[in-house]
Amino acid sequence: MKSRLMFVVALMLGAVGMLFTTKVSTAQQPTIKIGIMHALSGTMAISETTLKDTVLMLIEEQNKKGGLLGRKLEAVVVDPTSDWPKWTEKAAQLLERDKVAVVFGCWTSVSRKTVLPVFEKDNGLLFYPVQYEGEESSKNVIYTGAAPNQQAIPAVDYLMGKDVNVKRWVLEGTDYVYPQTTNKILKAYLLSKGVKEEDISVNYTPFGFSDWQSRVAAIKKFGSAGKKTAVVSTINGDANVPFYKELGNQKISAQDIPVIAFSVGEEELSGFDTKPLLGHLAAWNYFQSITTSPLNKAFIDQWHTYIKNPKRTTNDPMEAHYIGFNMWVKAVTKAGSVDVEKVLAALPGTTTPNLTGGTATLLPNHHITKPVFIGEIKADGQFNVVWKSTAPALVPGDAWSDYLPASKDLDADWVKLKCGNYNTVQKKCLSLTSK
Amino acid sequence: MLLLVLWGVRSAHAQSPSDAGFLSILGELREASYPDKEAIIDRLSQTGHPSVRAVLTAFMEDRLFYRTAEKPEDQKIVIVKSTEGDPAVLDLIDPLTLKAAGTAPMDSLTGINTNNHLRQVLGTVVAHFALASPDASVRLEAVHNMMRSPDEATLKLLREQSGVETNARVRKEISMALALVALDDMNPQVRLEAVRTLRGSTGQDVRNRLALLMEKSADGKFAEPDDQVRAAATTAVKVIDQWRTFYSVIETLFFGLSLGSVLVLIAIGLAITFGVMGVINMAHGELMMLGAYTTYVVQTLMPGHIAISVLVAIPAAFIVSALTGIVIERTIIRFLYGRPLETLLATFGVSLILQQLVRSIFSALNKSVVTPEWMSGSLQINDALSITYNRLYIVIFTLLVFGAIMAVLKRTRLGLDIRAVSQNRSMARAMGIRSEWVDAMTFGLGSGIAGVAGVALSQLTNVGPNLGQSYIIDSFMVVVFGGVGNLWGALIGGMSMGIANKLLEPYSGAVLAKIFILIALILFIQAKPRGLFPQSGRSSGDN
Repeated sequence: MKSRLMFVVALMLGAVGMLFTTKVSTAQQPTIKIGIMHALSGTMAISETTLKDTVLMLIEEQNKKGGLLGRKLEAVVVDPTSDWPKWTEKAAQLLERDKVAVVFGCWTSVSRKTVLPVFEKDNGLLFYPVQYEGEESSKNVIYTGAAPNQQAIPAVDYLMGKDVNVKRWVLEGTDYVYPQTTNKILKAYLLSKGVKEEDISVNYTPFGFSDWQSRVAAIKKFGSAGKKTAVVSTINGDANVPFYKELGNQKISAQDIPVIAFSVGEEELSGFDTKPLLGHLAAWNYFQSITTSPLNKAFIDQWHTYIKNPKRTTNDPMEAHYIGFNMWVKAVTKAGSVDVEKVLAALPGTTTPNLTGGTATLLPNHHITKPVFIGEIKADGQFNVVWKSTAPALVPGDAWSDYLPASKDLDADWVKLKCGNYNTVQKKCLSLTSK
Repeated sequence: MLLLVLWGVRSAHAQSPSDAGFLSILGELREASYPDKEAIIDRLSQTGHPSVRAVLTAFMEDRLFYRTAEKPEDQKIVIVKSTEGDPAVLDLIDPLTLKAAGTAPMDSLTGINTNNHLRQVLGTVVAHFALASPDASVRLEAVHNMMRSPDEATLKLLREQSGVETNARVRKEISMALALVALDDMNPQVRLEAVRTLRGSTGQDVRNRLALLMEKSADGKFAEPDDQVRAAATTAVKVIDQWRTFYSVIETLFFGLSLGSVLVLIAIGLAITFGVMGVINMAHGELMMLGAYTTYVVQTLMPGHIAISVLVAIPAAFIVSALTGIVIERTIIRFLYGRPLETLLATFGVSLILQQLVRSIFSALNKSVVTPEWMSGSLQINDALSITYNRLYIVIFTLLVFGAIMAVLKRTRLGLDIRAVSQNRSMARAMGIRSEWVDAMTFGLGSGIAGVAGVALSQLTNVGPNLGQSYIIDSFMVVVFGGVGNLWGALIGGMSMGIANKLLEPYSGAVLAKIFILIALILFIQAKPRGLFPQSGRSSGDN
């Protein structure tokens, strides 16, 4: 009997620990609820916890300005963990129980794809802040991160260019939808540029992978065939830490085989010793080190004050949330309501300044215009910008890649066509949802 | 006379012309573009100024800054001694005298940036100086760097060095470097001699260079006109390839051993609690996680002594995890002996509690455990084979831990008690052994070993609340494969699983390799349900 009791207590304690829902209440008036849905535990917590804090900071600032439409904003934070099925449950909770006006959330594409049916069924509004693989445009999602043509393609172009002159490619990724699709696009793009099939090596490892020794040795071998080789890394989450450690241990320097990462920013680098990584690259639409813009300086100061730690870094998805939040505030003000249909009608065409200069415009395909930067890792864990997009300086996000045969005829337009996947050859909308 | 005195005074007060020139060239770096910087590096090295080496090294390592100021004359260039320390007070060095020049906060300085290409240029320039270093490994690295872009000056320097070089490895490296250049010589005899020298190499770049000789150009001519040289090159490539294949097999085996030793390390503790006591402890992974967090805490407590903190963490982690284990045994598991299903669920609950506990104390974010200097980098055996230190130490560490446990079980009173209780509890009790006490100690021992494994894991993977979960399945697999209740089984089982995994990985990829291993294990268990080394005892249900 006693033992049963112990056992039940143990299970209950565990269950309490797993149900981790926080509510922050601000005012007595009917508030506008804003959902924040980021993994606060598990393999993705390294990247996503910061984004939750960013939105909380933006909400606090907006409330200081008097809120929105005369009402205070209230954050509803959920932790869907890094366990994908739990995302559906949490999304439904936000939309159906808490009835939030908007949700800022998701990092991995698998989490976005998981919650997408919920958002489409309940007609919610999701601001998605991370670079992703494209091939999607939903009525209910605003993509404030980069599409492949705003990050992956320019990065490969830079490496192929005369500065680096790469001839041989390793496409290394985590085994899920974002790296798989991005690598498919990149491979098609490289082949179209005359790179030979045998000069491309594609490989995937599981989430949270830590035994990198064979892979890094294989990369070293692939890279020693006498042609300049580069690694395009779509490795996501904390598997990056042992990956870069192993690169350092096996003495692969950026001068021999540069690694360009699409998911490693200032936040991820703050977790480890960056000296062996000197010169490895990352492609983003924002770097903390671009301090020529006063907006960025102000944002960094605001972040340091809010998080009470001057050593914390800012990064690209944080800027995406900053842009998304400001666009939403503008659209709500314009629509005079937080009703999703009205806000969605007001959103396209909304503009808001980028932190690094220039203006972000929301396009009819629910993607935004962005500048592209390529940076080399410095010893202090920041990036030194070695290339930025000039013609055009702001690249419009393309929902459907032009390099994949299945998607090159597709177009997304939620203003005129009211369709996320319009086939320009057949002249018809394939379906009303994103699928 | 007067003039002479005046001249003396002047020279004492004013800077010598070379100093002024050096400073003004250096000053241009502030505004220069990357191509301009490359030209400036060249001009700086030609000044022959005594501080060129220090300045260029600092430039290469991102330690060259200028003071942020409105007026250009206030934007003095300084070297930061180390960017590691407190960003509010960085020690500065004067680029001219190389003497200490006070301190400054990071935000009053602007860095002079480099890029990959510039660092390569700098590396070659600095290598010229490094050739005079007393450290043979620095000289070796220097020769390596210089060969990236050999020019007349470099070759002259290398020839001079080969005459005075005392270290055999550096001498060999230089002769290889010179031979590579000699492949372009007009005289076929020289080229033949060069190919013969290069045959002793194992480097991939040497192999690629030799393979180029046999390539045909568009008009059907070989890159190397002389038949004899070409034949020699063909054999040389074959020899090098054979050696590289041989070394790559050794490398794969080592990778397998190192993965295997991690598997053994995480499984030994479980082999004791699951194998000897028959307790299915789902919280085993969390006990490893506690060990990893202990490493983090120890490192935070002794910030100046990273090198020994890992060693201090080993006993600390053992104690923390062992005590936790004993508490779990006394408060939960002892009520559940003989009811495996309930033990499994209860310990699973414990594992969730422990995860949430560290989440509440340390936050859900991963903690970064610094790898000490002596565990970073790799042991370069030759051009084709290098072994990373962290893996090497973990293989050795695993064997030590294994030896220690065998000694405890076979040579100590506690070990005797453990074995007695596990073989026949009631008989042991009849002989006066306090079986309850032995249970607690056995569980504590197994848990403590898990903690020690956690210390090793903290050097390989991320320290976070989920660390345990990612290893628990692997550790059960090893114990089941090796044979429940047998430590040798865990050792052999873990090592063979590691090697099998690494042999498969290059062909199937990491994801499939793991699946294959799992399928193979299931089939194996079908054929031999009790694993590699079956043993009779309490857990095997014989008594």
